[in-house]
Amino acid sequence: MISRDFRSTVVAVAVAAALSTTLGAAQAATIGFVAPLSGPQALVGQDQLDGFMLAVEQLGGQLGGQPAKVLKEDDQLKPEVGQQAVRKLIDKDKVDAIVGLSFSNVLMASLPRLAESGVVALATNAGPSPLAGAQCKANIFSLAWQNDGAAESMGKFAQDRGIKRVYLMAPNYQAGKDMLAGFKRFYKGQVVDEVYTQVNQPDYSAELAQLQAAKPDAVFVFYPGGMGINFVKQMSQAGMSGKLPLYSVFTVDGTTLPSLREAAVGTISGAMYDAALDTPDNRKFVAAFEAKYKRTPSLYAATGFDAANLLDVALRKAGGDAKKLPAAVKAAGSEFKSVRGPFRFGKNNMPVQDYYAFETTRDGGKLTTRLIGTPLAAHADPYAAQCTLP
Amino acid sequence: MSATLLLAQLLNGLQYGVLLFLLAAGLTLVFGIMSFVNLAHGSLYMLGAYAAAIGYGASGSFVLAIVAGMAAALVVGLVLEVSIVSRLYRRDHLDHVLATFGLVMFFNELVRLVWGPQPLFVEVPQVLAGTVDLFGFTYPSYRFAIIVAGLLVAVASHLLIQKTRVGMLIRAGAQNPQLVGALGVNIGLLNAMLFGVGAMLAGLAGAMAGPVLSVQSGMGEPVLITTLVVIVIGGIGSVNGALYAALIVGVVDTLGRVYLPMLIRLVAERSIADAAGPALASMSIYLLMAVVLALRPQGLFPARRG
Repeated sequence: MISRDFRSTVVAVAVAAALSTTLGAAQAATIGFVAPLSGPQALVGQDQLDGFMLAVEQLGGQLGGQPAKVLKEDDQLKPEVGQQAVRKLIDKDKVDAIVGLSFSNVLMASLPRLAESGVVALATNAGPSPLAGAQCKANIFSLAWQNDGAAESMGKFAQDRGIKRVYLMAPNYQAGKDMLAGFKRFYKGQVVDEVYTQVNQPDYSAELAQLQAAKPDAVFVFYPGGMGINFVKQMSQAGMSGKLPLYSVFTVDGTTLPSLREAAVGTISGAMYDAALDTPDNRKFVAAFEAKYKRTPSLYAATGFDAANLLDVALRKAGGDAKKLPAAVKAAGSEFKSVRGPFRFGKNNMPVQDYYAFETTRDGGKLTTRLIGTPLAAHADPYAAQCTLP
Repeated sequence: MSATLLLAQLLNGLQYGVLLFLLAAGLTLVFGIMSFVNLAHGSLYMLGAYAAAIGYGASGSFVLAIVAGMAAALVVGLVLEVSIVSRLYRRDHLDHVLATFGLVMFFNELVRLVWGPQPLFVEVPQVLAGTVDLFGFTYPSYRFAIIVAGLLVAVASHLLIQKTRVGMLIRAGAQNPQLVGALGVNIGLLNAMLFGVGAMLAGLAGAMAGPVLSVQSGMGEPVLITTLVVIVIGGIGSVNGALYAALIVGVVDTLGRVYLPMLIRLVAERSIADAAGPALASMSIYLLMAVVLALRPQGLFPARRG
């Protein structure tokens, strides 16, 4: 045993020496990428992956000066599958970091193993409130949002616009309830009604008739993916678009707009990113993404793109020391250039960032999204106080 | 809870009901006559929706889109019948479930590979894009069109089954398939034809649902489950039963979704009502099915079996 330990120490020293001279030519940055790549939400996963790979390509196939090796895993949006993928990446592939981590339910299932391993995890699609609060972890970051953020910004926006009576709708599950709670945290006017529909319900005719009868000043909804396409289309077909302002989060975005088209005109969305953001960094990103993938990047593509750029800075700072990586990631948060604008990690490793309001408009024959306000600037989530990280 | 709102909700229930009927008609015949459990019926609905969406995009004519949807589902249905389903009739129900569940996964992945995960865009045809004023209430014209089309199909299928020779064979087959075969009727051909017609109606349902719902991989499964509820309530093998049950389920589900949460709010606290209301509403049709099964296990309008 002693001799083996000794040998491995010698090897380690030799490798370290080689590294310091050849700048990591012998080593690769191995990154595990977990996302839903099949099933109804595959588009969301694919956008994250495409954004990530675009950044890696722009960095010359390297992250932190080392050749990047990206291992893709499909979690199928199932917690048990995602958990297995995370275990495999940590135990078998010995990855330096894991990116993606899917929706909140999948991320939460992987949390214990991630926390125990100390491997850096960058969530690009979730920021569940337990992880933002009491269960925060030094090595787990959300590069996307704390789940309530976008809804809070829409609540603030509706409040600022002086809207008196709002009707709220969401699917009947945790995220739906969180979104409506987030909206109400900043909206102080009258909530006419709060309606929860079945998850993956395809038809909203009954709810739309009720909504029409309630005659609110505006409606706020959270209907991700196919649910949002159905809801917005049906609302438009019922002749309500244009008459009743629609505020939404994760409903009208880069992934659903191609299926919505005219039906989305006039809708207002709260998000921390849209391709419409007019900054030099974002213009470059959108142009590169459109050139490579022939479609407009969504906010999911943006978080994937940001993740690679953040890792590039962090790996360089850590200098190959895995123990230093979590701190390096945290520091890199305020140093790397995010396409969404100002960004840093709060003490709970959740984003502190601007939340914008976007409106979908018709510009000639073409649908475009334009920035109409920044309801919450440098916004930190309300759960950070419960986090005990320094 | 004004009268016009109730009327609008009844129309919504009716529209949902006729869509369910188009799916249930084929499924109940295949189940009743061939005793075949076809979980892939939802996939035929999905394929109909895709074919219609693509046909609409290519031709710009909604009529052609509907024809494309029905034709695609008919062809795929017949191919399935000849290649796979007809080999399984004599097998156990469990084998039916296994094979057709495999088909569901196959078709969902196939659609995703070919057209990608992005839902297809289908526009409402210009003529039907407006709304109808209903005593101060706007109702989408397109949904009226669905109701009319569905009721026309219901009348046509009623005439076919009650007034024609083929219909007589279908009715006879639903009651005693062995005897029909023994009397010299080519039961294999009858089966294939029925399966094809059922598939075509599913394709029609998919084609009509396209402009309302998002056309994407996996869109057939939720509606298939509701359809199974419909045929159990209506009585397996009975097309008339499928129609009545589809309308009942459509109306119960719609009114349940709207009024159950309100009713619960009257008796319970807001937070409890918000949690229990949608949950109970989503259960309403299953509760209905449970009650029907307890009181009339053969369904409300069974095909009379000798």
